Amino acid sequence: MAEAPDSPIAARASERLIAHFWMVLGVIVVAFPVYYVFIASTHTTQTILRPPLPLIPGPEAAANYRDAFSGGVSRIGGVSLWRLLANTTIVALGIALGKIAISMASAYAIVFFRFPLRMVCFWLIFITLMLPVEVRIQPTYKVMVDLGLIDTYPGLILPLIASATATLLFRQFFMTIPDELLEAARVDGAGPWRFFRDILWPLSLTNVAAIFVIQFIYGWTQYLWPLLVTNSNEMNTIVIALKKMISFADADTPWNLVMVTSVLAILPPILVVVLMQRWFVKGLVETEK
Amino acid sequence: MRRTVFPHRLLPWLLLAPQLAITLIFFYWPAAQAFRQSMLKEDPFGLSSTFVGLANFRKVLSDPNYLNSVQVTAVFSASVAFLAMSIALFLAVQAEKIIRGKGFYRTLMIWPYAVAPAIAGMLWLFMFNPSFGTLARPLRVMGINWNPLLNADHAMILIIAAATWKQISYNFLFFVAGLQAIPRSLLEAAAIDGASRRHSFWTITFPLLAPTTFFLLVVNTVYALFDTFGIIHAVTGGGPGKATETLVYKVYNDGFVNLIMGESAAQSVILMVIVIALTAFQFRFIERRVHYG
Repeated sequence: MAEAPDSPIAARASERLIAHFWMVLGVIVVAFPVYYVFIASTHTTQTILRPPLPLIPGPEAAANYRDAFSGGVSRIGGVSLWRLLANTTIVALGIALGKIAISMASAYAIVFFRFPLRMVCFWLIFITLMLPVEVRIQPTYKVMVDLGLIDTYPGLILPLIASATATLLFRQFFMTIPDELLEAARVDGAGPWRFFRDILWPLSLTNVAAIFVIQFIYGWTQYLWPLLVTNSNEMNTIVIALKKMISFADADTPWNLVMVTSVLAILPPILVVVLMQRWFVKGLVETEK
Repeated sequence: MRRTVFPHRLLPWLLLAPQLAITLIFFYWPAAQAFRQSMLKEDPFGLSSTFVGLANFRKVLSDPNYLNSVQVTAVFSASVAFLAMSIALFLAVQAEKIIRGKGFYRTLMIWPYAVAPAIAGMLWLFMFNPSFGTLARPLRVMGINWNPLLNADHAMILIIAAATWKQISYNFLFFVAGLQAIPRSLLEAAAIDGASRRHSFWTITFPLLAPTTFFLLVVNTVYALFDTFGIIHAVTGGGPGKATETLVYKVYNDGFVNLIMGESAAQSVILMVIVIALTAFQFRFIERRVHYG
């Protein structure tokens, strides 16, 4: 928060100028790689391979993007960019919505009901909080093979929606709902479903939006898991496909198309974060503590 | 404790069922399998296995390659956590001083959060590629024989840079929030007493940021340990040699490429213990925070 100008700790004009200088520098460093790849996506492969790259967009933008979308990229088995984007969107949405659904349901059960083994259930979920898929990849992979989920959307989505984070966040939030609200609803004859639909859900919307953004990004940026459970190029997410396209040693990597694919892999999640910034920042900072 | 609840008996179980099922199938069962497998020795075709007790652990812990990867992981994680946190804190302090344009800076600052680690790595390798990276040229002009594909130190620097770059956004948001929560009155009192800005930063602001800093330390460590797999896989593949083979990368490499199941499982178990220790550390600390309010 900026101070009132008469406060003894308000920054002087000169200090503010210096602060602006550092912020501009910081923003340049942070945003530059993304800008750079966008610029590269508007040039021919020849220009990209002859550094330094110009700092302004080139004339090839239309041609590159048309090629990338219409041609299918030969290196990844001719799977179209549309297919890759669709796969990634399905996985990201599946993870985000799936997590919200299952974790809201379980948090609701734990907070608004009393039943035997309630705390056991809570701890069973809670312990999984910080066991990322990376530490148990081999056996989880085997489960996937046994269940026949390799190269399927459920195989890409299910293991990643099993995480305690969202459950804990919803539990925390539900516990702040005053008792009086539930009492009043019960007096008026509301059952669990009515209470959820008419009172709890509207109150949770901000949290839902925040969790949605965080989990959508999480789903979109997954790497290790999609790498393992997809053998067929048809089922690749765009991040994996990009990795397969690139060979720094190989002379015939179609760099202009690689750049277009990179831009398309980066853009959707950036848009989600930037457009939903208000909820995302609030949710991230307030709930993840 | 909530006094009013719904009286249903069966409904809560139905609500819990999906999450419990997924947790059991994809967490507890595989984790149990990892434990079991870590005590078995399997032949390369997976046809038969024999119980070997703790032999896999002994083998792993005395393997120079594993110790190398412990060292690589320590250097990598410590550098990433330290750099990502200090740069973010510095920028957050600058942002605090600014009156106009804060939202604009923040919008540009959060981009990398949305970029997949693997892509972050590819972007940096693209910029610093020895043969056609635009930013590799100035390094060569300065007389540095820059080649992250062949030189171990250069490879390490490149993945640290990419991993740090991606994590600055996250830390920045938390430090900004942390700075805003510091009581103005303390800082004003110090200023009236004639404390310099630098002095009051290190004696008031920094200590009061400790909760945020500790929280971020754990998050950044976990990030550097696990989420950076994509960066390493996409940029260096653990090489050159084994110069950037972190613990998670080695689990993957031994389990899926070299197919040494028992040892890979033993490594998984060691990693789980590390994560559980980190989690316990964090929760002890969060509990304290709650007490002090």
